[in-house]
Amino acid sequence: MNIIVCVKQVPATTNVQIDPKTGRIIREGVEAIINPFDEYALEEGIRLKEKFGGKVTAISMGPAQVETALRECIARGADETILLSDTNFAGADTLATAYTLACAIKKLAPYDLIVCGKQAIDGDTAQVGPGVAEKLGIPHVCYVRKIREIKDGSIWVERLMEDGYDILFTSLPALITVVKEINVPRLPSLRGMTKAKKAKINIWNAETISAEKNRIGLTSSPTTVKKVFTPPTRSGGETVAGPPEEQAKILVTKLKELKIL
Amino acid sequence: MSIYIIPEKCIGCGLCLKVCIYNALTLLERPEYPKKYKLAVIDLNKCTFCGACVEECAKYGAIVLEKEAISYQPSTISLYRGVWVYAEQRRGEIAPVVYELLNEGKRLSKKLDVPLSAVLIGDKISHYAQELIIHGAEKVYLAEDHLLKNFLDEPYSEILAQLIKEEKPEIVLFGATHIGRSFASRVAAKIDTGLTADCTGLDIDLETRNLLQTRPAFGGNIMATILTPQHRPQMATVRHKVFKKSERDTGRKGEIIKKNVDLNKFAIRTKFLEFVKDLTSKVNLAEADIIVSGGRGLGKPEGFELIKELAQLLGGAVGASRAAVDAEWIPYSHQVGQTGRTVAPKLYIACGISGAIQHLVGMSGSKCIVAINRDPEAPMMKIADFALLGDLYEIIPAIIQELKGTEPTA
Repeated sequence: MNIIVCVKQVPATTNVQIDPKTGRIIREGVEAIINPFDEYALEEGIRLKEKFGGKVTAISMGPAQVETALRECIARGADETILLSDTNFAGADTLATAYTLACAIKKLAPYDLIVCGKQAIDGDTAQVGPGVAEKLGIPHVCYVRKIREIKDGSIWVERLMEDGYDILFTSLPALITVVKEINVPRLPSLRGMTKAKKAKINIWNAETISAEKNRIGLTSSPTTVKKVFTPPTRSGGETVAGPPEEQAKILVTKLKELKIL
Repeated sequence: MSIYIIPEKCIGCGLCLKVCIYNALTLLERPEYPKKYKLAVIDLNKCTFCGACVEECAKYGAIVLEKEAISYQPSTISLYRGVWVYAEQRRGEIAPVVYELLNEGKRLSKKLDVPLSAVLIGDKISHYAQELIIHGAEKVYLAEDHLLKNFLDEPYSEILAQLIKEEKPEIVLFGATHIGRSFASRVAAKIDTGLTADCTGLDIDLETRNLLQTRPAFGGNIMATILTPQHRPQMATVRHKVFKKSERDTGRKGEIIKKNVDLNKFAIRTKFLEFVKDLTSKVNLAEADIIVSGGRGLGKPEGFELIKELAQLLGGAVGASRAAVDAEWIPYSHQVGQTGRTVAPKLYIACGISGAIQHLVGMSGSKCIVAINRDPEAPMMKIADFALLGDLYEIIPAIIQELKGTEPTA
């Protein structure tokens, strides 16, 4: 199987905190990590390779420092990596990003399956995966919690819904986005890390992937950010102390006063 | 588009660094400069031109953001009129968020002085059309076919894209449900327009008729207002429970427009086989008005029996922190937070949940938060409206007792 995994480098939001004095995001010490959902995507790709043979190509779009994330993909088991880096790509919204990734993936044809994380933890849009599938003209299934089977050119999957899951199948090539439930990602192996150090990261620009200039980057993105602001922080309320019975009584009374109960 | 810093105006105060969430700014030493003012420098590889630094530097005016005059096509844009709501339905039920969208959509459509329409896609679902009208839709576009019985991205997106091309709405709203977020993404890519995910605030700029789409990003640490200025329709998925449901009014009249669909034209490569209901959750977490959640502080899987009892008594759903799910005390479908679900109930009772940032971003939109914890320093206790300090194994039974005692019918 020829498997492609889309990866995004994101700031580790766990470290993003608001300075209580200024109400601003504290940036110091915010490291760049592989989007956690993409780790599940990569792991699933590697498991499929181990089962069916073939190779896993990790692809990412971003500035030069994304190379670190791609090397980590190799350490975790990816065979090849491609970094889409071009100042003309900068500032792309989800549509322009989906178009750019699709252009690059076309160069990697024939492929069987594209695996993405369900969303990135910085933008939280969950829009790029389905967008890539549309631009490639292949089917997609989002929120996959399990791959049941792959045979005869089709894939059977479980799609997580709010109240259970759907069982679907679709023909390959296809794109899936995966949720956390699908697997437990392995850590980079020692052998992998050695391999990662020496690995060649392929860097492609707009010309390499034959992307149309008026469909990439900030100026070709339909959406623009008008303003960014920090939400009002939630201030705490009252502490209810005393014996449990008393605490319970106070709470229930207050909740009734507030017409919540 | 370009952004640059006027060295003479920059005093190296560093305010711009603090507001840049992309780490695109650094300060350079300028020992030769009067007063040794440092100079801010922008890394264009990191900059997304969001303009936060420009606003912050208003006092000094040292940062300039130049946007090229984009070829504005008012003639094409003005052809698009009307607000649409995608009326998501699944197995005989309209998603509750649809009624919230109809309410907010109504407000937007009044501001724009255009009709509000709903789009209903499925099989044998025409009886819902009237219900959508009663809730405020002036038109309902109806597409029915036996192949549309269950939601599939491919045929549904072909149909909606075709409808949009024919009817030209200026705004299309979807619920930010699993279906909505997958479906809207595919439709937006098909018709090459902008889509804003998971909005929590919508408004209209009357001058440009632009939809102001406000949404959380970076796990809720920042809010961003997004525009789709040059493309129509403007599409958005909207978080549930942010807007009020529209009231039923049986006096409302509307038009039902049946659309013929010819699915033979489209490649449909995906097939729906079956739906398996999650039997562990009686109440849908995403739609619940009350959620009782358990975390590591429960100490053992049996603790969830107590959580379930309280949830049942309150008619609420059961949630969990990542720690509880990772310990396999409860299935993943109950997980609230960044890697689980985002919820916004009227009441969220966090039992033995310390409140890691990843959990907080998934539930801090709750109207009222109650925390039960032994540790007064736990972040959850700090943000809670009511923080109950003590042993949850004593407090929860006491609450259950209190609820049973004061409500003999329960």
